[in-house]
Amino acid sequence: MVNNIYSKKVISHFRNPHNYGKMKNPSAVGKVGNILCGDVMYLYIKVGENDIIKDIKFETFGCVAAISTSSVVTDLAKGKTLGEALKIDSKEIVKSLGGLPSIKYHCSLLGADALSEAIYDYLSKNKRLIPKELQKRHERIEKEKVDLKINN
Amino acid sequence: MSKKSKKIYFDYAATTPVDPRVIKAMLPYFGEKFGNTMSIHSFGQDAKIALEKSREVVADLIGAKPNEIIFTGSATESNNLALKGVKGKHIIISQIEHPCIMETANWLEKQGVEVTRLPVNKYGQVNPLDIQKAIRKDTILVSIIHASNEIGTIQLIEKIGRICRQRGVYFHTDAAQSFGKIPIDVNKMNIDLLTASSHKIYGPKGAACLFVREGVKIEPLLHGGGQEMGLRSSTVNLPAIVGFAKACEIAKKEMKKESQRLTKLRDKLIKSVLKIKNSHLAGYPEKRLPNIANFWFSFIEGESIVLQLDLLRIAVSTGSACSSLKLEPSYVLLAIGLKPQEAHGSLRISLGRWTKEKDIDYFLKVLPKIVKKLREISPYGK
Repeated sequence: MVNNIYSKKVISHFRNPHNYGKMKNPSAVGKVGNILCGDVMYLYIKVGENDIIKDIKFETFGCVAAISTSSVVTDLAKGKTLGEALKIDSKEIVKSLGGLPSIKYHCSLLGADALSEAIYDYLSKNKRLIPKELQKRHERIEKEKVDLKINN
Repeated sequence: MSKKSKKIYFDYAATTPVDPRVIKAMLPYFGEKFGNTMSIHSFGQDAKIALEKSREVVADLIGAKPNEIIFTGSATESNNLALKGVKGKHIIISQIEHPCIMETANWLEKQGVEVTRLPVNKYGQVNPLDIQKAIRKDTILVSIIHASNEIGTIQLIEKIGRICRQRGVYFHTDAAQSFGKIPIDVNKMNIDLLTASSHKIYGPKGAACLFVREGVKIEPLLHGGGQEMGLRSSTVNLPAIVGFAKACEIAKKEMKKESQRLTKLRDKLIKSVLKIKNSHLAGYPEKRLPNIANFWFSFIEGESIVLQLDLLRIAVSTGSACSSLKLEPSYVLLAIGLKPQEAHGSLRISLGRWTKEKDIDYFLKVLPKIVKKLREISPYGK
C-alpha cells in the first residue's frame, strides 16, 4: 500500500495492533485523553515480582497514529520494571515507529502519558512513594482530563 | 475479493477521473489547435470558435446565456470572484459553506465588510426565513452552497433565490457539487451568480466557471488582456475548457438516468450501513445529492476507518479532527449539531459514474468487520 503520511511500521502496528483489548483484573490502569484532537487511551498493566510489567493491554479511541502508538508502547513496556518503563518517552515511541508526521507527535505523547498514569495508579494503590516528577506529570494530565471531561 | 482486484473509488465528491470521451475531445487542443484565442489569425480564430462553442454548451446546462459564463481556473477562483467582485458592505453566507467561501468571507471581514453566517438545521438546511431576516439595506450578496460537499444536503435554492430577488440582493450559489448532477435553472431559481467546476463532473482539473447574470455589477480579480469579457484576464486554458464543455454535454445527456442509478445505489448503501449498531446518517435521508452519503460511527475514529478501508483498496473520506490540518472536527458536522467526539467517527462515501453495485456490496461486506475491529480496540461502547 502506498502511504506518504505514515511509515511502514506505523501501518504495520495499525493493521495488527499488539496487546489490544480490556484486561481482566489489572494491577493498575492509566486513562488519558488528548486535548488537541479528542483521542482517548486506556492502558492496563499487570505488575509481577520485582516490579516487572508482566502483562500490558490498551484500548484506544483514535486515529492511525494513536492506535499504532498504543501498540508500540505496550511492546516497549512489556517485561520492563516500573522504573525502566517510566523512562519511555515520546521520542523513543516516535523512533520505534519509524517516525510520525509532525502533526501527529501529540499522539506519541498520549502513549507515554498513558503508561506513566498506569504506573502512577499502581504506586498510589500500593501506597508506594511516588517520584516527584511522576507526581508533577500526573497533575498536568489530570488537569487536561478536566478540560476534556473524560469519565473515569 | 483477491488482493489483485481493482481499487474501489468512493470519493467522487473530492474529484473525478476524466471521462475518456472528454480526453478525446481535448486532445486536438494541445497540438494542432493550440492557438491563442486573442490572435486574429486562423490559429487564434479556430481557438476562439472552440471557446465560444464551449461557452454555449456550459451555459445550456443551467439555462444561462453564453455571454453570462466566465471561465476561470477553479471553483475556488469563481467563489473568490463572486464574493470579492461584488463590492458592498454586508454579505450573508451559511455556516456550512466550502472553505473557499468561508476563508474569502474571513478575508473580506478584515477589509471591513460585515459577514453574517447563518446556522443550519440538524439536516444541514438553511431556513430561507433566516435569510429574509438577515438581509439589510446595505446587504450586497447572499451566498449559499447549493448542495453540501460533505453531507450532500440540498438547499431550498428556489425559495432563497426568490427572497433575494424580491429584496434586490444578489444571490450567489456555490454549485460545485450539484452542477451536472441535478437540474439547475438559473432563471427559475433566481440565481445571479453561480460557481461550477469541471473536475467534479468527469472533466479535467483547471477549468471552472462563474455564471454572472447580465446586469450584475462585478469587478475582476485579475487585470490584464481583458479576456472573458474583462472579468478574467489570462490566456484562456482552451484544452481544459473544451473538456469542461464536453463533460457538461455528457452530463446533460446522462443526468436523468445516472442520477436515478446513483440514487438507488446510495439508498441501498444508507439502508445497509445503518444496520450496523450505533451508526448514524448525517444530513437528510432524501433531500440529498444522488451520490453523497455521510455517516458517523460511535466509539471509533474516522481516519482509522479510512485507512482500514484503504488497506482493502477502498477510497473514502472523513471529517474527523485527526485528518484535518488544524486538528479540528469538520465545522459542517458541528453546524448540524454533532458533538466533537461524534464528528470524530465520520465517514463520507461519494459515488460516481464508474460505481457498480458489486462495489457497494463489497464495501458493505467489509465495513462491519472494520467497525467491529476498531470498536474492539476502543475503550467505549462495550
